[in-house]
Order: sequence, then structure tokens, then C-alpha cells
Amino acid sequence: MAYPKTLGESLRAHGVSRRGFLKFCAATASMMALPPTMTSAIAAALEQARRPSVIWLSFQECTGCTESLTRSHSPTVEDLILDVISLDYHHTLQAASGEAAEHAREEAMRENFGHYLVVVDGSLPGPDANPGYSTIAGISNYQMLMETLEGAAAVVAVGTCAAFGGLPKADPNPTGAVAVQALAGDKPVINVPGCPPVPMVITGVLAQYLTFGKLPEMDRYNRPLAFFGQSIHDRCYRRPFYDKGLFAQTFDDEGARAGWCLYRLGCKGPSTYNACATMRWNAGTSWPVEAGHPCLGCSEPKFWDAGGFYDALSVPPGNTGGTLLAAGVSGAIIGGAAAALAKRRQKGDEAQRQPVKIDELEQKL
Amino acid sequence: MTALPGIPVFVQPGCGPGEWGNALPVLHEIRHALARLAESGESRVIDLNAMPFGPGDEERLLALLGQGEIEARLNALGVTEIRETAVPGVWLVDHRNAEGERLVLHIEINTVPDILRTQAPDLRDAVATLDARLAAGTSEFPPRPDS
Repeated sequence: MAYPKTLGESLRAHGVSRRGFLKFCAATASMMALPPTMTSAIAAALEQARRPSVIWLSFQECTGCTESLTRSHSPTVEDLILDVISLDYHHTLQAASGEAAEHAREEAMRENFGHYLVVVDGSLPGPDANPGYSTIAGISNYQMLMETLEGAAAVVAVGTCAAFGGLPKADPNPTGAVAVQALAGDKPVINVPGCPPVPMVITGVLAQYLTFGKLPEMDRYNRPLAFFGQSIHDRCYRRPFYDKGLFAQTFDDEGARAGWCLYRLGCKGPSTYNACATMRWNAGTSWPVEAGHPCLGCSEPKFWDAGGFYDALSVPPGNTGGTLLAAGVSGAIIGGAAAALAKRRQKGDEAQRQPVKIDELEQKL
Repeated sequence: MTALPGIPVFVQPGCGPGEWGNALPVLHEIRHALARLAESGESRVIDLNAMPFGPGDEERLLALLGQGEIEARLNALGVTEIRETAVPGVWLVDHRNAEGERLVLHIEINTVPDILRTQAPDLRDAVATLDARLAAGTSEFPPRPDS
């Protein structure tokens, strides 16, 4: 499905004016986390860009990443499909099914061999695992990925499952799940982790590839630096409270109501690299920390197995009830003090807690 | 699907936007850009989408900048509202999509925002457009016999 028209020609054919195109480019620059001064360079590049064929493979996943993509508002998924990329295969979004769907994939691969982009969401059972854990049209995930990668220009692993194995790979990894990168060989891989990733980051990475025709600058986990270059903590609007030592101790105390830092409630912001703090969610409405919940660190490898979501980072992983109990029994002074502190904190939390009954909630609503 | 404004969220009294202190640094950035514009004519655009604002920070910044004399509206791929703030040379450019959702909010420090200027390729096409209209107008109103 080769498309001879450039994006500029395509937009003009749709009656998009020069100013409309510049507006589109300004939004694209913002989406790619580039400075607004890059708008004219993006306009020049997009004017000549041709829509790449994209084959989207969904393996062991929950469809949350596609749900996230369809909530991208700049550009909308419709814009993305119709104007920016040629989405030739996507189980969830395509109308075709069964043999017709697989035929579309094979045709896109044949016609665009060496040039198409493969997007994968979900991990997959590795070559040594039972292939029956996840199949599509009777084809194992492993076989489908290897077939499709053959003529791919690059592969984008969308979501933590595809990028790092995610939930399927969490201990004890019953399906033998592996990340895409483990199987991609010498094919360039761009990891866009998150559970799910920020929608604008997914479209931003695709737009970046389309605009500049090359892989973005990436970190040691192959994440694009434009979106994953800074930690949540460094871009968090609650950071000044961390610097002042003002922390919420429970989800309903005075500090939580005043918007203090959520570090002691288990926020993984200091060790998590993602764009949530600036790009936000739901068309820029809010993000987890703004809603009062600590960052779970979902864009980091092995985040499911990295200890309790509500354990502060300074607490060694696994230092929860059982460990504290063991320490107390052994008579270790430090362990005993920690157990006592935890108990005291729990009592304090209980004293401060203001329970709300369902009747009261309904009255407020 | 229910639109975001349709979701019944009730803000508890006393939990309104706080003072996060993120508006003032941006104001300083604008101050430096404005000085450069005055001295050398160099313009600057600040993307507010890239700012780690807390709730209420943006409102505070916009309130501090105030409302100026000029408002313009661009209809292309949705509405873009452009207005000068109470500080001359500091403009707000609010790009929205066809559904009215914000794409990007820029603060542009410039004499006139770039998006308002007639674009060079359009200017080249303008002569041809006017020629075509003149030709059509001439055939519609042929010269009077006595002229």
C-alpha cells in the first residue's frame, strides 16, 4: 500500500491552509517535546514526508496501549491513521478479520519490504516457551513477530509489556514472556514504555520518525530522550515540597490535602523517567500525582517486581510486614525499632483517618 | 462517551488551586525575552504545554499577564484564539482542534504573532488568485460601448 503523495500534498488535497499546516506543525513540535522554534523545520520536513506503512501487532497485552492511543488528541487517532501514517494492520482497529486481516498484513509487508514500521504492544512467549499461550490466526506470537520483522525498517515497542516484558513477565512468568528487544536481533528498536504509555508520547514517537526519518536519540533502555530524558521527580510540580521536607504521610492527612510530596507514600518519581508531569493525561487535564496518587514507576523495567507500590523508595524492597516481623523476632535493635516505628505510624494513621460512609458519599453526590 | 466536562467531579472546599510557585519563573523568562525583542528584534515562543505546572499555575500566570487590546481568531483545523496580553509584545496563541480541545498554548513574544502574518507561499499565490478574479470580473462586466 504505497502512497505516492507527500503529507503536504495530502493535507492540501484535504483543503488544509498554510496557516492550518503551521498550526499542525506547532502542535506536532509540542507533541515531540521539541522547542517551538523547530516548527518551521518540522513544516519543511513534513511537507516532503510520505506516509509510512505501519503494521501493529498485539500480543500478550490488555489493549490498554491501544486504548491510550485512541485518546491521543494531538493529532487524533483519525488524523494519525488518515494523514500521518498508513495503518495497514491492527487487530483492534481494523474492520477486517480472519484470513482477510492476515492477508492485509502480508500484502503490506510485501509491498513495503524494507520500509515499513512495526509497532508491537504486549510481550510474547519466547522461542523456548509453549507457543500455545498466545496465538493469532493459529500463528504463534513468536512466529508472527519474526516473520514481520524480516522486512521492517524499525520496530517500536509500545507499552511496558512490549518494552520490558511487563505484567506477563512478572514473577513467576508462567508463559515464558520476553520483551520484543530480546528477539529483534539487529533491527532498530524504540521502546515506549508505560502502563499504558502517555498517548501523546506514542503518537509523538511515530511523528518524530515520520518527520526526521531516523531513530530518535535514546537512553540506555532505548527510550527516546525527548520523552524519557528527565525523571518524574525533576518535573513534578510537588518537587518544592520534597526540597522543603514536607511530605504527606497518609492519603487523607493534612499534607495530602495541601498537596505535599508523595514520596513517603511510595512515589517512584525519583527513579522513573517519563513525560507524565508535563504532557499529562486526558487531553492535558491531569496526571496521577496531581490526582493525589504516587507514581508507580510503570515505565521502568521490572516495575511489577520492584517491591510494594506504597513502600517509599528509601525502604529496601521487601521491607514490609513479614520482614519487619522477622527482624523483631531476631531481636535486632534496628529491626525492632523499625517494627515499632511502623506500628506507631500505623496507629497514627488510624488516629488521623477520617472514614467516610457510603451514605455520606451519596449525600455529597 | 461522556465528555470530560460532563463527568461530575466536585471539588471539596479548601482544596482549590494552591500556590505552587511555577508562574513566576515563566514570567521572568518572558521578561528576558521581551528585553531581547526590544533590543534586537529577536522573537521567542514559550510552549506552556512543556511546563510542569500544578493546578492553578497557568491561571495565575495568565491573570498576571492580563488582557490587552487585540483579539484575533483563526479558523483552520479548529479555532486558534490569539490575543495580546496587557504587556505589549506578549501574546497568547491558543491552538485548539476541531473538537475545541487544546492542542498547544504558546506565549509568543513578538511584535505580531507569526501565525497572523501572511505566509510567503500564500503571497505568491495571491497575485494569481486576484488575476483570476479580475478576469472573471471583466467578463462578468464587459466594458461599456462608449468607454
